[in-house]
Amino acid sequence: MHSTALAKYKSELIQGIQAGISIAIGYFPVAIAFGLLAERTGLSIAETVMMSAIVFAGAAQYMSLSLIAAHVGAWEIIMTTFIVNIRHFLMSASLNEKVEKDSIWIKALYGFGVTDETYAVAAVRQEMVTAPYMFGLCLMAYSSWVINSGIGHIVGENLPAFLQESMGIALYALFIGLLVPSLKKHRKIIVLALLSAVINSVLLTTGRLSIGWSIALSSLFSSVVVECIFRKLEVQQDE
Amino acid sequence: MNSQIFWLIIGMGVVTYIPRMLPFVIFSQLHLPPFWQNVLKNVPYATLGALIVPSVFFIHEDFLFGAVGAFTAFIAAYFGANVFFVVMCSIAVLSFYSFFF
Repeated sequence: MHSTALAKYKSELIQGIQAGISIAIGYFPVAIAFGLLAERTGLSIAETVMMSAIVFAGAAQYMSLSLIAAHVGAWEIIMTTFIVNIRHFLMSASLNEKVEKDSIWIKALYGFGVTDETYAVAAVRQEMVTAPYMFGLCLMAYSSWVINSGIGHIVGENLPAFLQESMGIALYALFIGLLVPSLKKHRKIIVLALLSAVINSVLLTTGRLSIGWSIALSSLFSSVVVECIFRKLEVQQDE
Repeated sequence: MNSQIFWLIIGMGVVTYIPRMLPFVIFSQLHLPPFWQNVLKNVPYATLGALIVPSVFFIHEDFLFGAVGAFTAFIAAYFGANVFFVVMCSIAVLSFYSFFF
């Protein structure tokens, strides 16, 4: 590798790691709580860490614990996991519009790291998203998730309650911190976020959808509707 | 390790990985029409909206807890704080809030 290419690779990796710090903090209380709950469900520490390392998906892992506790069969748990996580298809498809050209193998590798949080951070990045950036970002998120699941299994109950409570805001603060700068730039983005937030609230409070489906459907629906409206407005302005 | 749990975890891992990886592979060869490319560019902002609302209000039995945290984050982000600082601000304000209320 040329030294300039190597320098660029390094700087992208470091930017990814830096961008991942907030996610690592945000995962801390969620992973600790998962570890604690897994221990109460009867999973060993090896099983707990292995689940976080192989599945790497918060909502689905929580759900699987309650299903394991209820003695639901393995196939049913796997199907539920699939249904909860299918929203990542939409996120990866969207992120694919923003990533630098790379071999399929490299993309398939960092695809493993796509979560709600890594997706949100990468997708609103100003510059193109590169492979080393994704590796740095996902590595931070992944290590926090896996390590803190283990820690939660061991010491979960001994964490001060007020700290655990107040850290529960971290992921939402992260999302707000990502969204607000873009809101200030374009009216279209305000409409997108608001419409999707309203639809999601309606779906969750009235419907019987799981949160994964509700988020995916409201995001897709708002993105299509807003694209149609703003396209019409642009055509009218041109005339 | 319980072998049933082992295979369960492997199964969960496979069905989680497939939807994450597949779009990178499919849409590298197959190109979407411009309309759908634009739709996919809208998705991040719509997803953020749905990830925040309504869940942020349900992180605590006290509805105000999430509201105070979200408001803090919004103000910090609005005045140009970087994401890390936004996260730290809302944790700090809520630590204060839950310590005293």
